Amino acid sequence: MLHLFEYEFFRNAVWAALLASVTCGITGSYIVAKRMVFISGGITHASFGGIGIAYFLGFNPVAGAAVFSILSALGIEYVSGKTNVREDSAIGILWSLGMALGIIFVFMTPGYAPNLMSYLFGSILTVGKTDLLLMLGLSAVIVGFFARFYHTILFISFDEEYARAHRIAVGLFKYILISLVALTIVMNIRIVGIILVISFLTIPQSTANLFTKNLRMMMIYSIIIGITGSLTGIYISYYLDIPSGATIIFAFVVLFGLAKIIQVLRTRMLIRRQVNQLSNQ
Amino acid sequence: MSVIIEIRDASAGYNHDVVLHDVNLTIQEEDYIGVIGPNGGGKTTLVRLILGLIQPLRGEVIYHGDKQRNLIGYLPQVSQTDRSFPISVNEVVLSGLMSARSGLSTYTRNDRSRASEILEMMGIAHLRKKSIGELSGGQMQRAFLGRAIISEPRLLILDEPNTFVDNKFEHDLYELLRELNEKMAILMVSHDVGTITSYVKTIACVNRNLHYHRSNIITQSQLAAYNCPIQLITHGEVPHTVLGEHHHNHD
Repeated sequence: MLHLFEYEFFRNAVWAALLASVTCGITGSYIVAKRMVFISGGITHASFGGIGIAYFLGFNPVAGAAVFSILSALGIEYVSGKTNVREDSAIGILWSLGMALGIIFVFMTPGYAPNLMSYLFGSILTVGKTDLLLMLGLSAVIVGFFARFYHTILFISFDEEYARAHRIAVGLFKYILISLVALTIVMNIRIVGIILVISFLTIPQSTANLFTKNLRMMMIYSIIIGITGSLTGIYISYYLDIPSGATIIFAFVVLFGLAKIIQVLRTRMLIRRQVNQLSNQ
Repeated sequence: MSVIIEIRDASAGYNHDVVLHDVNLTIQEEDYIGVIGPNGGGKTTLVRLILGLIQPLRGEVIYHGDKQRNLIGYLPQVSQTDRSFPISVNEVVLSGLMSARSGLSTYTRNDRSRASEILEMMGIAHLRKKSIGELSGGQMQRAFLGRAIISEPRLLILDEPNTFVDNKFEHDLYELLRELNEKMAILMVSHDVGTITSYVKTIACVNRNLHYHRSNIITQSQLAAYNCPIQLITHGEVPHTVLGEHHHNHD
């Protein structure tokens, strides 16, 4: 198994898996705790519009996706602050608008047909040095921001109104956080693709949430689960020659299933022990 | 007595509706004000105005206080809480120490021992590591009250503290508030007029306008004069002693 590390593409894939687990583990826990999964789905699909336009105009598609996803993220955050707009409907519109723009512009791009499949389904085995450096930079920003402002983020996320009453810059924090979510999504589209990236942001976190009710621990467990699942997925996809993104997500779901079984068995055992203790008294 | 907050000729509302009109209220140290009024009369809007969560459409809210200390502690209605949010009881109480100044740093050892004291005082020290969703309604109220008072604010605002609370805690709560009132002013919103009037010192009747009543004894005819129709909750045979002589006309 270890001989695979002789290949640069494989070493890059492992680094990408580690960095993706860090960025998704942290911002994904925030998303899950704040029940923002649908918002994140909207941002993800809106970014496809940016990819399409970038192709058409000849820019770097990742840059296009980054601009589009951050703008849509800020837009959603702004709309959700105003109470008279139905937030879920707005997200639904943005979701399909992004996809529609992406398809139209890619279709209109003359000549060379871009490899769209890698954006829809991702390919961790083709990640390059530049991608890794960008992911490393994003990981550093996210880890730094969450480490520095953890308590403030927790406070704002739990009770926004109370934080406002304490004169904390809630709006600023929310805009920064949603931008970090958007950047996490864009950087990880390269790895698991637009269609599957939401799983990287939610399945390890939901698995972690089975064992801890502490946001910090949830982030740490999510990173560990993310690394385990994505490395397993890479190996299996390599040996079976199947798409890596889908295999990684499948590995996450299997881990979630196992965790759920362990949790149920553990709960039953604890209850049985309590009942035994009570009847022995 | 020094003034903590002044509301001057303030009007407030949402979208196109003016909920509060021409409201004046001065909150001073040692005050214990019960806010009563019909549903939709503007009680919660008044609270949001004082907290600075909404800006007055007209008039002003003036805060007197040093920036070092949180001016206001706040106990929101429990029903608004996301019970599955991953936060522990200890973290909830600690978060009451955050302010715009300290909000950007971590908690000191001093803060943590202060949180322990508060948890002890609230009788929920054994629950400190539990996540908030594992608590009963009454226990959660205690945790939120702990969050509201940990920074020793000059004013404590309670929005319907007696909803979802068992009788035992309700009694404890009012005793605790009586003690806290020696250190901070209290403003309490409630629909249960009969209960709060026996604890508060003064009453503010809110129904679009605000009528300040400098006593905790209020009669039905006074309520009528204040344009403040209240649904009195009848507690079986127990009479509303605090409601004055016109009480029986209501039944």
